[in-house]
Parts: sequence; C-alpha cells; structure tokens
Amino acid sequence: MAGMLIAAVMFGLLLFGKRFGLSSNLRTICSAFGAGKSCEFFDFDWKSQSWNLVFVAGTIMGGFIANRFLSSEVAIAISPKTVAELQSFGLLNPGADFMPASIFSFEGLTSLKGFVMIVVGGFLVGFGTRYAGGCTSGHAISGLSNLQLPSLIAVIGFFIGGLFATYLVLPHLLTL
Amino acid sequence: MKFVKYLIVGVVFGITLTKAEVISWYRIYEMFRFQSFHMYGVIGTAVVLGIILIQAIKRSELKAIDGEPILIPSKERGWKRYLFGGTIFGLGWALTGACPGPLFIQVGNGFLVMLVAIAAALLGTYCYGLL
Repeated sequence: MAGMLIAAVMFGLLLFGKRFGLSSNLRTICSAFGAGKSCEFFDFDWKSQSWNLVFVAGTIMGGFIANRFLSSEVAIAISPKTVAELQSFGLLNPGADFMPASIFSFEGLTSLKGFVMIVVGGFLVGFGTRYAGGCTSGHAISGLSNLQLPSLIAVIGFFIGGLFATYLVLPHLLTL
Repeated sequence: MKFVKYLIVGVVFGITLTKAEVISWYRIYEMFRFQSFHMYGVIGTAVVLGIILIQAIKRSELKAIDGEPILIPSKERGWKRYLFGGTIFGLGWALTGACPGPLFIQVGNGFLVMLVAIAAALLGTYCYGLL
C-alpha cells in the first residue's frame, strides 16, 4: 500500500513535468541562502526548483497531519530480534517511538553518540547524496524504476555504507 | 496557485512515509540487519509499480500536463561517484536513520532536533559543492 503511494507520487510529479528527488532540495536551499556567491556549484537559478521546495513544505505538513490527526499510537512493530539486540546495546524500549528518544533529542545531541548520529550522520547524508547525485527517492525509487545502471550502483553503495555503519559502527557507538 | 498541486503531493508523501513507519530510525536499522521484510516490501513495491508506470509512459508516449513529452534524462555514465557517493550516503542513512525525505517529515512529526540534522546535511552538501 505505502509502496504504491510512493510510486503514485513519483508518477504524479512526472505528469506535472517534474522529477521525483528529495536530495536536490539541499542544493537548492544552499543556493537560496546565497551559496552561489562563493561557489559556482550553487550558482544556478534556484527559483526554477521552487516547486520542489513547495513539495518539501507539503511533506512537513503531511508529517504534522499524520502525527496530529491520523495516529492512534506510535509504536513501531520492529522484529523481536531487533528489539533484543538494541536492548543488549542499552537502548530502553526499542520501538516505543519513531526513534530512540535518549539520542534524538536536544539533550541527546550533547552526548558523543547523539552528536555523531545527528550531526555527523546528517553531514554524510548531505555530502553523499550530492556526490552520488541522488538519494533513496532519486536513485532507489526513480532510478531503479527507470532501469538505470548508475542508480543500481548507487543503491549498492547505500548498502555498503549502511551495512558498515550498522554492523561495525553502531554497536560500539550505542554502547558508549 | 500552480504550486498547490506540489503541496498536495507532498502532503500525501509525508503522510505515507509517516504511516508506513519509513521515517523510523528503528526501521532503517532493522532493514540493514535484514531482520524484517518491512522496508524491502515498501521500497520493492514502489520500484515494481514504478517500472510498470515508466514503461507505460514510454510506450504510450504520454505527455505531461503542460503538453511536453515526459523525458527522463539518463544519468551520466561511470560508477565511481555512484559507488563512493552512495556509500557515504549509506553511512549517514544508517546513523541518522533518515534519508533526505524523512528528515523533513520527522520535523513535521515534532522531532525538532532533526532541524540540526538538516542543517548538517546542508553543510555536507555545501562542502561537496566546494570540492
């Protein structure tokens, strides 16, 4: 059901003559902040991308609407194996909310693990998506749907990085 | 007014990813540990249906609402940037538990600390632009 709606969103944007891709907004916002003055990469007509910023504003509203009016109770039914594993790393109540509150909060941000997961992680997301030319929406959904080889390579990269972080970094980081 | 349609599609996307729990850090962790089919089901369904829709567009030569043909530009050839860039993004995806769409949707859900992650992502994009 959700996958169908995601494909429908991509299809809708194509019908509007646009392309489905979230990470390009990060570049657009940099330009809107005036990054084009100091760097050629951001010196483009960012206003031509304002439709995508409106789309992003819609996603924020959608998150708000889902949270306020469409939620019964947020509990993520992750697998028992995942719960046990995360508990062994010291996380309390895995799955009680969308994310571990002890880390993804302003208090959590001041701890080393919170800083690494929010700030370093966020930085890598911004850097990596632009380097790769797309994120999950642009490569995994749009690119694979269009049977593009570069997108398959990018998705393989997503997994190399994601598996490395999940298997080799997070166990140490979470138990700090 | 011409922007309203993008806003509506965005709202649909935000609600969908929230209700499907795609914006959950736990779901991303679980996906990379292969401990649940959940995320593979969501992304797999989107891709299968996406392939069908894009093939249908190509075969029927469907036009966009402005009358222009729908052309999907091919990505540049090569593999290095996709593999290395993808790997860097994958590291960040697993740490934050969010890709660029969910980062914003999480803010809508009230996780205001993710504004810091968005600021860090903007800095990351800016640093890529400088290189």
